[in-house]
Amino acid sequence: MNNLAPKLTSEEYEKNFAEIHPPFTPNSAAAEANRCLYCFDSPCMKACPTHIDISTFIKKIASGNLKGSAKTILSANWIALTCAKACPVEVLCEGACVYNARGEDPIQIGRLQRYVMDWYVERGMPPIFTPAPKNGKSVGIVGAGPAGIACAAELSLMGYGVTVYEAKSEPGGLDTWGIAPYKMKREDSLNEAKMVERLGATIKTGMRVGDNISLDDLIRKHDAIFLGVGLRTPTRLRIPGEELAGVHDALTFIERVTTRKWSSVDVGKRVAVVGAGNTAIDAVTEAKRLGAEQVMIIYRRSSEEMSAYDFEFELAKIDGVTFHFLTTPKRILGTGHVGAIECVRMKLGAMDADGKRSAEPIPNSEFQIPIDMVITAVGQTPEKSFLAQIPNLKMDRGNVWVNPETYQTSSPKFFAGGDCINGGKEVVNAAADGKKAAHGIDNFIMSNE
Amino acid sequence: MADLSVNCGGIKSPNPFWLASAPPTNSAYQVCKAFEAGWGGAVWKTIGEPVMNVVNRYGSIDYNGQKIIGLNNIELISDRPIEVNLKEISETKKLWPDRAVIASLMVESKRETWHEIVKRTVDTGCDGIELNYGCPHGMSERGMGSAVGQVPEYCAMITGWVTEVSTIPVLVKLTPNISDIRFPGRAAKKGNASGISLINTINTIMGVDLDTFELNPSVGGKGGHGGYAGPAVKPIALNMVSQIATDPEINLPISAIGGISTWRDALEFILLGASSVQVCTAAMHYGFRIIDDMVEGLSNWMDEKGFQSLDDVRGKSLRCISDFGNLNLLYKAVARIDESKCIQCNLCYVACDDTAHQCIDLIPHNGKNQPKIRESDCVGCRLCFIVCPVEKCISMVRVDDGKEAITWNELMKQMPQPLTWEALRQFQHKHGIEIH
Repeated sequence: MNNLAPKLTSEEYEKNFAEIHPPFTPNSAAAEANRCLYCFDSPCMKACPTHIDISTFIKKIASGNLKGSAKTILSANWIALTCAKACPVEVLCEGACVYNARGEDPIQIGRLQRYVMDWYVERGMPPIFTPAPKNGKSVGIVGAGPAGIACAAELSLMGYGVTVYEAKSEPGGLDTWGIAPYKMKREDSLNEAKMVERLGATIKTGMRVGDNISLDDLIRKHDAIFLGVGLRTPTRLRIPGEELAGVHDALTFIERVTTRKWSSVDVGKRVAVVGAGNTAIDAVTEAKRLGAEQVMIIYRRSSEEMSAYDFEFELAKIDGVTFHFLTTPKRILGTGHVGAIECVRMKLGAMDADGKRSAEPIPNSEFQIPIDMVITAVGQTPEKSFLAQIPNLKMDRGNVWVNPETYQTSSPKFFAGGDCINGGKEVVNAAADGKKAAHGIDNFIMSNE
Repeated sequence: MADLSVNCGGIKSPNPFWLASAPPTNSAYQVCKAFEAGWGGAVWKTIGEPVMNVVNRYGSIDYNGQKIIGLNNIELISDRPIEVNLKEISETKKLWPDRAVIASLMVESKRETWHEIVKRTVDTGCDGIELNYGCPHGMSERGMGSAVGQVPEYCAMITGWVTEVSTIPVLVKLTPNISDIRFPGRAAKKGNASGISLINTINTIMGVDLDTFELNPSVGGKGGHGGYAGPAVKPIALNMVSQIATDPEINLPISAIGGISTWRDALEFILLGASSVQVCTAAMHYGFRIIDDMVEGLSNWMDEKGFQSLDDVRGKSLRCISDFGNLNLLYKAVARIDESKCIQCNLCYVACDDTAHQCIDLIPHNGKNQPKIRESDCVGCRLCFIVCPVEKCISMVRVDDGKEAITWNELMKQMPQPLTWEALRQFQHKHGIEIH
């Protein structure tokens, strides 16, 4: 890459990546917990994809029963620590809090959940659940992301022998590799994996199915298999210049920020992120926090259509991100490395099949933006070469098809959940899928007895 | 601006707010500082027999993150000698001639001892005497404080010893640790008291430490009951003040004490007949500066309501006090929910369905559950109104026509005696009252 942004001092990095939502002190947690009305049939609980009994766990904070509070949370959601920090609570539990209707700030549910889970981790995660005696059945789980971890935990509790196969060197999936450091630390995700191991599951890292273990072996060894493989293949822009040095996909970039020393992650002085989802916002704000001088988002539709949450949009604006809406890159220019991006103006047309308005280029509206780095964040797809090996596996619009009740795929022994069935949603959706799939697997195995 | 001055049994002060006899009035330094802040009077911390205190002395009950909704103490009367206190009382009164300075006394139950201390107290120039018949700890074991207050005969006798030599007003401070507060009240009257102060603190153990298993507070591992005060005791005090105020045999001015933290609390006591009010816990929590809002809030309220003086306000709620047997059995109200205000927390539903009369249904509406009251089944208990967190969302609406009224006492004169369930059921049926 050319024209690198100067490195920052370690103090500046620490400041830029400091947590956006710092932890509660015991007093402030108690005060917030006591503010909770303890609604009956609470809307926050309904709004949570894992249906945590939120008002109950909050009342347990108020009474000082933190272990009981952790149990209430974990009974519903095995990925509770990551969810507490990375969930878009504004559109889920906190968005449903009845205080909103009263014109007051909602209860800070995410921070309260974090308070409980931090306490639980600091206490060394003492046992809360007793797994049922081993039932002699075995389930293989492909992918140790939140869906796989949740599925593994639930099955372990039911007495299944569970082996999780993870291609990467550490478990956790995107929770470990892909969440902005100002939201959470990767240790949180690793602790969730540890919790599952303590319930009896085995996590084998560095195991890529089809590489150091064959799919046939997997099918032979296990009574059922859960696919929590996520979306591994970044969608390409398919424009000239994409091969130039200085063009990165967002997940690779974010993984570097999450796992390396910040001073060793290079960014250009001028960074363009293509796409306007939540991953794009993460990438653009992280580039800015690493020292990039000019950061921008390039998106073919308008702010109305972008999939990033409002609070993410706000965060990006506070970080000084420039938004080029109704703009699409046509080619990336440069000799060897990125020097500029040529874009074309767009206009919105009729609704397309996804319910979004289509975007069409305006003829002769091309213009160039000088740029040193391009980050592509236009989505990912499941790894088709792997999925194609599974017999009779039906796909639906690029994702793995499952029965929405049982999470069983069209290949009877295979179940699936998380991003690979929904095209990329929240951690909490993956946590919910994994847990529900575990019960689908249980019914499948037990009815085959 | 309204006139806030009061005269409580001959003791005058520019406003009704006095500091109660307690730690805040332990010394001239404190009382002068309080007067500087604007307090109308101060009852000096009780002086008398030699005592020695222990540590820790205070315990608090906190609720849902709110500190000190109740405070208890095992501190004794003043641990400074009588002559030091009397000298400071005299100096303070000279510095603050317009404020009420009242000496609280407690000595052993001997006529001569009482005569001597009363005479010495009168010599200080203070405005009045308050007899401490209330301390529930430390002194009661030595035959003083509540040991006197709990025996009306002692109360009358000692009050008589005091009033036969005192040339200044004498208030008798009653203990609430008794089954019927009117008996010591009547005894005070019999002893020629000028007025009654109540309530003193309530016997309590504040709490048990779940780690050490010791009491809170703990004196080197041991503890015991202390005297309880603060916001949580206000309803108990309101009841006892109203009992003294409505007793036809007593008819004495009242200095009300018990959980008074704001001008609103003070007004409630004044509406139930109090002439002055005494404050301790609120001052111990926040300092003397709270007097500013107390005086200003009271004054603003009086102006807004058009009252010139506290004499126009005093006792205005006493007409509402009644025995259960004189309440109208045919008054009927039901709860109504203003759905435009409802936030669907559904606390009303769970409270009614689990613990009241099962007359609220949850009706699915726009993805939420809207509570709806089945009025025909609503008994008008008011629980839903109380648990609702939204102001004016649930209201209790009168639904009887107001034409008929009958009290239990009146009904019993009409009913065959002994009363049968069948006879009562017929009466209810006639008036459309269904019990289910």
